[in-house]
Amino acid sequence: MIAIIDYGMGNVTSVRNAFAYLGFKTVLTHEPEVLNSCPALVLPGVGAFGSAAEVLQRKGLFDYLHARREKGSFLLGICLGLQLFFDRSEEDPAGRGLTYFPDKLKRFPPGLKVPHMGWNRVLAEPDPLFEGIPQGSHFYFAHSFYAPLLTAEDYLLARCRYGVDFAAAVKQGNAYGVQFHPEKSGEMGLRLLLNFGRMVENADYTGN
Amino acid sequence: MLARRIVPCLDVKEGRVVKGIKFVDLKDAGDPVGLAEFYNKEGADELVFLDITASHEKRETMVEVARRTAREVFIPFTVGGGIGTIEEIRNILKAGADKISLNTAAVENTDLIREGARIFGSQCIVIAIDARWNEQMKDWEVYTHGGRKGTGISALTWASRVESFGAGEILLTSMDADGGRDGYDIPLTRAICEKVSIPVIASGGAGKMEDFAHVLTEGKADAALAASVFHYRHFSIREVKEYLKEQGVEVRL
Repeated sequence: MIAIIDYGMGNVTSVRNAFAYLGFKTVLTHEPEVLNSCPALVLPGVGAFGSAAEVLQRKGLFDYLHARREKGSFLLGICLGLQLFFDRSEEDPAGRGLTYFPDKLKRFPPGLKVPHMGWNRVLAEPDPLFEGIPQGSHFYFAHSFYAPLLTAEDYLLARCRYGVDFAAAVKQGNAYGVQFHPEKSGEMGLRLLLNFGRMVENADYTGN
Repeated sequence: MLARRIVPCLDVKEGRVVKGIKFVDLKDAGDPVGLAEFYNKEGADELVFLDITASHEKRETMVEVARRTAREVFIPFTVGGGIGTIEEIRNILKAGADKISLNTAAVENTDLIREGARIFGSQCIVIAIDARWNEQMKDWEVYTHGGRKGTGISALTWASRVESFGAGEILLTSMDADGGRDGYDIPLTRAICEKVSIPVIASGGAGKMEDFAHVLTEGKADAALAASVFHYRHFSIREVKEYLKEQGVEVRL
């Protein structure tokens, strides 16, 4: 069972649909007891960085996510979910994220159409998450702020170019983040979610 | 590099696709979900469903179409036509649509754009602009109510305004070009694209593969929408995208 973290930020229907299509069961929850029974957590999200971080804090999910990450649980942050793995964002200068990465999210420079909306090429490092996905495949993006290429290069899993080069996917241990929407990226997006689901299945989670 | 998008549009009435689609290889050519899946396999970058259901009571059928599509088709899709309240936006998005498009309701109540963008995010809010050249105004005029009612508003001014209200995208239909299959309205599309810094989907007038190349290069559009050329199999989406690639336009193949 894969838990989709329910914190009221944006649409989770498509993420659940995609996992269901691939044969993985999901549960939408923010209850620690339910989350504990799931080997993997997906942090979706659409909306603003600051208010999302605040909701996560208030629901006690910050501490919970830290604890699960330290235990090596599988995490997948999607879009705003990836952004919440960072420290700060130009979107809400006062807000603080989970700070798995010390970098600050930036707004795309002037002269570019924002949101960065549509299909763009992703160049990934070799990793089980991108298994079977040809280099340079297109994924669907819809975002106005971007994660810079990381200070800690080891954690940069994939990059994309839109006026600037930015982080399309990051990885620290078993915590993965993707800026694009795999649940809306056609065949390649489904393949990425399948890869994630298989990693989780193979990991032998014994519960918390 | 961001790919230019090719977007087929399906007109849906009471849950069924209308406008005589000529498919021999589909079991039910009137089923929007089956058709959406067909276009997805053919390489569509996203889909637009335009609800032309007249009766208000039967509009719930569109929510069901969105729900079923979202279970089977994993590319973005927009639902438009007759949406007028935050509650209606919420229902469509919750069913699994990625974006909704507003037309008449946005002109009549600009707060709907602002509120929609605030609650659901700009990326969900598409403003559909139907525009026609007005010789007296020496400008393109915005039309509402399915093109029946002129508003006296300049399309260029309106485009800037909806951007400032938080719209994430513009779906621009040229009423002069629509239905003519004589090519997209390049001057209109280009003028709007140069005016705003949100993405613009051009619509109306697609007849030949060259038309797509023109509107995506000279017209500066981010995406091109078409209906009949795909429905009547004048050419396939894949053929258009292969042609565009030959012309040096970045596409997802």
